[in-house]
Amino acid sequence: MREAGPPEDPRRELWARQRWRGLEGAFWLATLAPFVLFPAHLQLASQVAIAGLFALSLDLLLGYSGIVSLGHAAFFGIGAYTAGLIAKGGWGEPVSGLLAAAAVAGVAGYAASFIFSRVRHLALIMVTLGLGLLVHEAANKAHWLTGGADGLQGVRMWPLAGRFKFDLYGYTAYGYSLAVLVVAFLVVRRVVNSPFGLALRGIRENAVRMPALGAPTRSHVRTVCAFSAALAGLAGALLAQTTETVSLATLEFQRSAEILVILILGGAGRLYGGLVGAVIFLVARDRFSGLNPQYWYFWMGALLILIVMAVPGGILGGLARLAGSRRRPGARGPTASRVGSS
Amino acid sequence: MLVPLLGVLFDGFAYGMLLFLLSIGLAVTLGMMNFVNLAHLSFAMLGGYVTITLTQKLGWPFLATLPAAFLAAAAAAVVLERLLYRRLYRASELDQCLLTIGLVFMSVATAAYVFGTSQQPFETPPYLRGAVAVLGLRLGIYRVFLIGAALGITLALILGLEYTRFGTQVRAAVDNQRMARGLGIDVERRFAITFAIGSGLAGLGGALAIEMVGLDPAFALTYLVYVLIVVAVGGLGSIGGSFIAATLLGVSDVAGKYYVPELGAFLIYLVMIGLLMWRPSGLLGRRQ
Repeated sequence: MREAGPPEDPRRELWARQRWRGLEGAFWLATLAPFVLFPAHLQLASQVAIAGLFALSLDLLLGYSGIVSLGHAAFFGIGAYTAGLIAKGGWGEPVSGLLAAAAVAGVAGYAASFIFSRVRHLALIMVTLGLGLLVHEAANKAHWLTGGADGLQGVRMWPLAGRFKFDLYGYTAYGYSLAVLVVAFLVVRRVVNSPFGLALRGIRENAVRMPALGAPTRSHVRTVCAFSAALAGLAGALLAQTTETVSLATLEFQRSAEILVILILGGAGRLYGGLVGAVIFLVARDRFSGLNPQYWYFWMGALLILIVMAVPGGILGGLARLAGSRRRPGARGPTASRVGSS
Repeated sequence: MLVPLLGVLFDGFAYGMLLFLLSIGLAVTLGMMNFVNLAHLSFAMLGGYVTITLTQKLGWPFLATLPAAFLAAAAAAVVLERLLYRRLYRASELDQCLLTIGLVFMSVATAAYVFGTSQQPFETPPYLRGAVAVLGLRLGIYRVFLIGAALGITLALILGLEYTRFGTQVRAAVDNQRMARGLGIDVERRFAITFAIGSGLAGLGGALAIEMVGLDPAFALTYLVYVLIVVAVGGLGSIGGSFIAATLLGVSDVAGKYYVPELGAFLIYLVMIGLLMWRPSGLLGRRQ
C-alpha cells in the first residue's frame, strides 16, 4: 500500500475511475435480458430505461453537485411537450425530435440555472419547487398549445430509421430507449470522471471553499444545470415518443418527487444508483398495480422514510459499505465518495 | 368600482389570515431548528378531518371541534417529533425533505383510504352563515369570524413570545441557537413544545379552512405551496413577516383570481421566485 501523499499525476485518479469493471459489463448485458426473458413486458422495460435516464440526469445535480431540486419534472415535461409538439406538427422522425427536445430543455435549464446558482439551502429547495409548479401551471393554462388537462393528443411517430415501427409490444420502444440511455450514460460517465466532474463534487462538499480555490463555481453550476436539464428533456422526449401521448402528469410535483425517490433508493452520486432504483421501483409498482394508485403513494412514502432513517446512501451505498467492510480498510482511497447523507 | 375593490380586499384578507394560521407554526419551527418540514400541512389536514368526523359522525357543534382539531394535530406532532423528526435535526435538508415528503405521501394515501378522495361535505352552523352589511359592503359572517379568530391567535402568540419566560427562550433559540444552549436553555425541549403548538395551529387552520377551500386528501400538497411561499417570503422565524406575507399573498391571490383569472396561480409563483431572488432570507428574515 502506497503512503498517502501527493500523487504523481492528479489525473491518474480520474483515469483509474474511468476503467470499466466487470460488474458494469454484467449490468449492461443484463439490460438485454428483457428481449429474451420477458418479451411481454418490454413496455415496462422501456419505462424503466426512461426513468433510469431521468434519474441519471437528477443524479448529476443532486448526487454530484449537491443541488437539491424538487422541480426536476419541469425539464422532463418540457422535453416531452417539445417532442410531442414536433411530432404533432407533422415531423414524426424520432431521433431529430429527440435532439430538438433535449436542446430546448437544455436551454430552459440554462436559463433556470441563473436562479439556481444564486441561492442555496432552503431558498433553493423552494425556488426549484416553485419553478416546477410554475411550468406545470403554465402548461395547464396554455390549453391551445398543450391541450391542458386533456393532454396532447394526435402524436404520431414515423418508424425509427424508416424501418422499426413503434408497436404495441414495445420491441422498438425498449430498443430505442435503451440505446439512448446507453449513449447518455457513456457521456455522463465521461463527464463525472473529468476534472469538471471533480469540481462538481467539490461544490457539493464545500460550496464556500471552491470559489476560494479559484474554481468558477457559478459557471460550473450553470453548465451542469443545462446538461442535466437536457438529459431530463431527453427522457421526457423518449416517453412522449414511445407512448405517443403527453399529459400534464409529466410536469407534476409527484413526478419530481418520484424520481427523487428512485434516485435515493438506488443511491445518489453513484451513476448506477438511479438505474438500479428505477428497476426496483418500477417493477415493484407494476407488481402492485392492482392497488389503487392512491395506496401506492402510501408505500412510496413509507419507503422514503425507511431509506432516510435506515439506509443512507440507498441500495448501492449499503452494498458498497457491506463490500467495503469485508475488504481491507482504506482500500478505496481517501477520495472515495461519501454520498447520500452529505 | 370602490365597493368591489373593498370586497376583494376583505376576502383577500380573510384568506390571508387562513394562510397565516396554516403557516405560522412552520415559520417558527423553521427559524428555530432549520428543519424543513414539508409535512406541515398534513397536520392541518388531520385537524380538518377531525372536525369533519366530529361534526358529521358524532354531531358535535362546530366550535367545540376546533380545540379538538388543535389537540389532535398537536398530539400527532409530539409523537412524530419523538419518533422521527428528532433524529434528523442535524441531517441535510435533503434528508429532511425526503422524510417529510414521505410523511406527506403516507398521510395523503391514508386520508384517501379512510375518507375517500372526494371533497368532504360540510355544513357551516347557521350562526356563521350569511353576511352582514357594513357601510354598504356585504361581509361574509364566516370570514369575519375567521379574521377575528386569526387576529386573536396572533395577539396571543405575540404576547406569549414577548412577555413569557418560555417565549423569551424560544426567541433566544431562534436568534442564536448556540448561545441559547450555552445559557442552559434546553433547545430540543423548547423546540418540541413549539413544534406541537405550531402543528396544533395548523390543525386549527385546517379545520377553519374547510368552509373556505374545502377538504380532500390533496389538501396537504395543494396548500403546501402557499404555506412555503408565506414562510419563504416572510422570513424564517418571524411572526410579523409571516403575517405580512400571508396578507399580501391572500389579497393578491384573491385579487388575481378576480381581475385576471386567466393567469391563475402563475402570478404568485412568479412573485415568490422574484422575491427569493431579491432577498433569499425573506422580507423580515434575519438568517439564511
